[in-house]
Amino acid sequence: MSLKNIREQFRSKEISAEEQVKECFKKINENKDLNIFINEFQEDALKKAQHIDNNFDDFKALPLGGVPIAHKDIFCTEGRVTTCGSKMLEKFVPPYESTVTENCNKAGSIMIGKTNMDEFAMGSSNETSFFGPVVNPWGESLVPGGSSGGSAACVAAGITSISTGTDTGGSIRQPAALCGITGLKPTYGLVSRWGMIAFCSSMDQAGPFARDAFGCATLLDVMASYDMKDSTCAKRKEVSYEKCLEQDFGKLKIGVLKGIENLGISDDVLKAYENSKDMLIELGHSFVELDFSELSSGICSYYVIAPAECSSNLSRFDGVKFGHRAEAENINDLYLKTRSEGFGDEVQKRIMIGAYVLSAGFYDAYYRKAQRVRRMIKSKFDSFFNSVDLVFLPTTLDQAFEMNRESSDPNRMYKEDLLTIPANLAGLPAISFPNGFANELPTGAQFVGNYFSEDLILNLTNKLQEVTDWHKMTP
Amino acid sequence: MAQNDTLINGWQPVIGLEVHVQLLTNTKLFSPSKNKFGEEANTLVDLIDMGLPGVLPVLNDGAVKQGIAFGLATNAEIAKTMVFDRKNYFYPDLPKGYQITQLHYPIVKNGSVDIDGKNIRIHQAHLEEDAGKSMHDVYDHESVVDLNRSGVPLLEIVSEPDIRSAEEAVKYLKKIHQIITYLDISDGNMSQGSMRCDANVSIMKPDDKEYGIRAEIKNINSFKFVEKAINFEIKRQIKVLESGEKIEQETRLYDSVKDETRSMRTKEFANDYRYFPCPDLVPHNIPIELIDEVKNNLSELPEEKQQRLMEAHGLNEYDASVICADKTTAKFFEEVVKSADAGLAAKWIMGDLNALLNKHDVTLSECKVEAANFSTMIEKISDGTISGKIAKEVLETIWETGEDVLKIIDGKGMQQISDEGELEKIVDKILADNKSQVDAYKSGKDKLFGFFVGQVMKITQGKANPGLVNEILKKKLS
Repeated sequence: MSLKNIREQFRSKEISAEEQVKECFKKINENKDLNIFINEFQEDALKKAQHIDNNFDDFKALPLGGVPIAHKDIFCTEGRVTTCGSKMLEKFVPPYESTVTENCNKAGSIMIGKTNMDEFAMGSSNETSFFGPVVNPWGESLVPGGSSGGSAACVAAGITSISTGTDTGGSIRQPAALCGITGLKPTYGLVSRWGMIAFCSSMDQAGPFARDAFGCATLLDVMASYDMKDSTCAKRKEVSYEKCLEQDFGKLKIGVLKGIENLGISDDVLKAYENSKDMLIELGHSFVELDFSELSSGICSYYVIAPAECSSNLSRFDGVKFGHRAEAENINDLYLKTRSEGFGDEVQKRIMIGAYVLSAGFYDAYYRKAQRVRRMIKSKFDSFFNSVDLVFLPTTLDQAFEMNRESSDPNRMYKEDLLTIPANLAGLPAISFPNGFANELPTGAQFVGNYFSEDLILNLTNKLQEVTDWHKMTP
Repeated sequence: MAQNDTLINGWQPVIGLEVHVQLLTNTKLFSPSKNKFGEEANTLVDLIDMGLPGVLPVLNDGAVKQGIAFGLATNAEIAKTMVFDRKNYFYPDLPKGYQITQLHYPIVKNGSVDIDGKNIRIHQAHLEEDAGKSMHDVYDHESVVDLNRSGVPLLEIVSEPDIRSAEEAVKYLKKIHQIITYLDISDGNMSQGSMRCDANVSIMKPDDKEYGIRAEIKNINSFKFVEKAINFEIKRQIKVLESGEKIEQETRLYDSVKDETRSMRTKEFANDYRYFPCPDLVPHNIPIELIDEVKNNLSELPEEKQQRLMEAHGLNEYDASVICADKTTAKFFEEVVKSADAGLAAKWIMGDLNALLNKHDVTLSECKVEAANFSTMIEKISDGTISGKIAKEVLETIWETGEDVLKIIDGKGMQQISDEGELEKIVDKILADNKSQVDAYKSGKDKLFGFFVGQVMKITQGKANPGLVNEILKKKLS
């Protein structure tokens, strides 16, 4: 069920918040084998639902009043375990609340659980989680994508209508595409990072998952806020994304990539993409071909900068103050054992890569060069937006893939992010939405907009969803 | 470049100092915790100071203003845009596993200070956060960490290698101390660690074109130790080089008990700090308006105060410079001269009071002598109520007890005897009792005059007005 329906049912008292929550937990129990949640809060959720029902008048007008929601376990929740998918934080209980979850709480939503994810958001298949992989609701041997795989699967399986995720290199859009739902990565700085456990601080950005553009718009209205506690947070005029859906942005010039057929995208994904282009033309928009030969260098830049920042961000997990602590004889031993035991292989690999590219003698060759490539990609987008209103791309190279592919081809996994990474490097907003169906699996495509043009890309996605049904398909 | 008077055995010492100064902000550099010394362990700690996952730093504007003030006071360039970097290393008192500091784009660069007419260049001054404090002697088999200091704002002031002797290093350090205390940006208390110093020391032959290999001496915590540590290090390096060996680039520790420096780690084992720009803090612009605001509110600097005291109170340059050497003394002086004579006040501050401070090794703000009380004492000297000799006793009593000057004088009957009739009676008695000395004096033994003065002082316990005594004696003996 979509957010719009759930909210209407609550507001019209057709279904109480308590009934909504009970329904959620019924579905959670039916889908146990998908391993979507790291922690569930049935008792608390029911209590809050009853409170909301008893104070209906206070909650009926709130944007998410009475709506069950699931949060990626990367957002710190006060008094509740927050693991970030890692053994390191298996028992970590934060004494503070992230701005994102706080905003959602204030908007009247009911948190039913914290969702599974790749460890410290490092992964594209949800297989690096210490708590085991999440299964894609569309097929029991398939990955849901990552790193926000649990949150995407949660909406795809119909457990909740909305959930939160984070996107550093595609971690919202790629699982949205693989699970057949809608997911938006906002402009860097639109949503506060306070209380969101950092992977790559200069790219991490929280965003919404929902069945459709409407759900994403409404949840983004709640998530986005200027926050003094985050120095990278943007101070800007507040707009209502939900209201923007009705707005008329006129005939748009949409950028598409020259030579996209040579990027290694599967035929099925390309076919769906071409179909979407036809739909857009029918809606009266036109296309401009763009030369983006730098696209593939984005991956190289990303896989230097992201590990560099993560190697530093994850230094605090040393066994001294919080999190996992190994038995050790001396301080060096403590560091070594704690971090070897507490971090999984992928995390350790990225920390090592990160430490290497920042080390004396290699900084210029790797980190500095990667930053240059990043600036180049950013200025490339700037030039695109001189001639187009937004850019249209497939979200992924292929549809949901089989588990355990990583072990046979690690580079293939990194390549998974080819089409999503450029928006992160440039800090641009991008939305992925279901745009087709092949092999009994959904395909996804994305709009990348100019800075703070969430209103535009949500609006256009909504217009497409008014004339298509892909977003209504369920496993 | 070499100045020959600083050569030691033909070797030219080359010294640069890195001075860490804790800033006097209300809160820490990146968190809302109070910035205060001496509180119970781990009571001034915020989520940010603990480095919990997901928390983010927010820059304290107060620290920025203080950094700007230092830049203005040292004729330095203030950055239009400054950038914070992360310095990565593991240590239990560094909760995040990195320190936020400034490497390439510091708040202040290219400044200078003048010491006795010589220009010492300041390469840069940058803002950074302090670490917590590890303590290894609180419990038997455990080390513990106090995070009250974690995140306290520091200004690290890095000089160019322009210093040529240990003595000059101390002068430079005192100059920095003077500036930061005048600006009220730090209390400059070295024993409490709010001012700490690392010294980079190397030696070279006067005609060498390149500096020698340097050793860095870490965390020296007093002016005296700075001088001793550098002098030890110079001698050590001379010994090493003259015995045909090589200096190793290394970090050394100064042991004040043994008065020696010891190797801590060599370059080979030096940390690779993997600096990179801190992505949680965007490059920070410093608008010209902010610089102007700081400039307009800048405290009076030592040279300005010195000039003003010379003009307003007729002090000579030397006295004015001694009085202005530290802000507390200058402030004390200005309080005292509100009602007392400036020349006399300067003489007593620089003389007897200073001697007491040195003897007891305390600072003016720590002792019991208060400006108002001291001022009364000077007034009582001026109006002849007490003699200079008695004043010394009075000052000793103030030093011990902090008691009110008037009470001391009353209580001990220290008022000067200026009653001419009374003094004449005393003089008459002395002359009558010492007839032979009177005869000798009259026959030309002028030096005996002092003997008669001494006798008067003995009988009056030093309370006789010396001017009057001279006058009466001269009259009676002529």
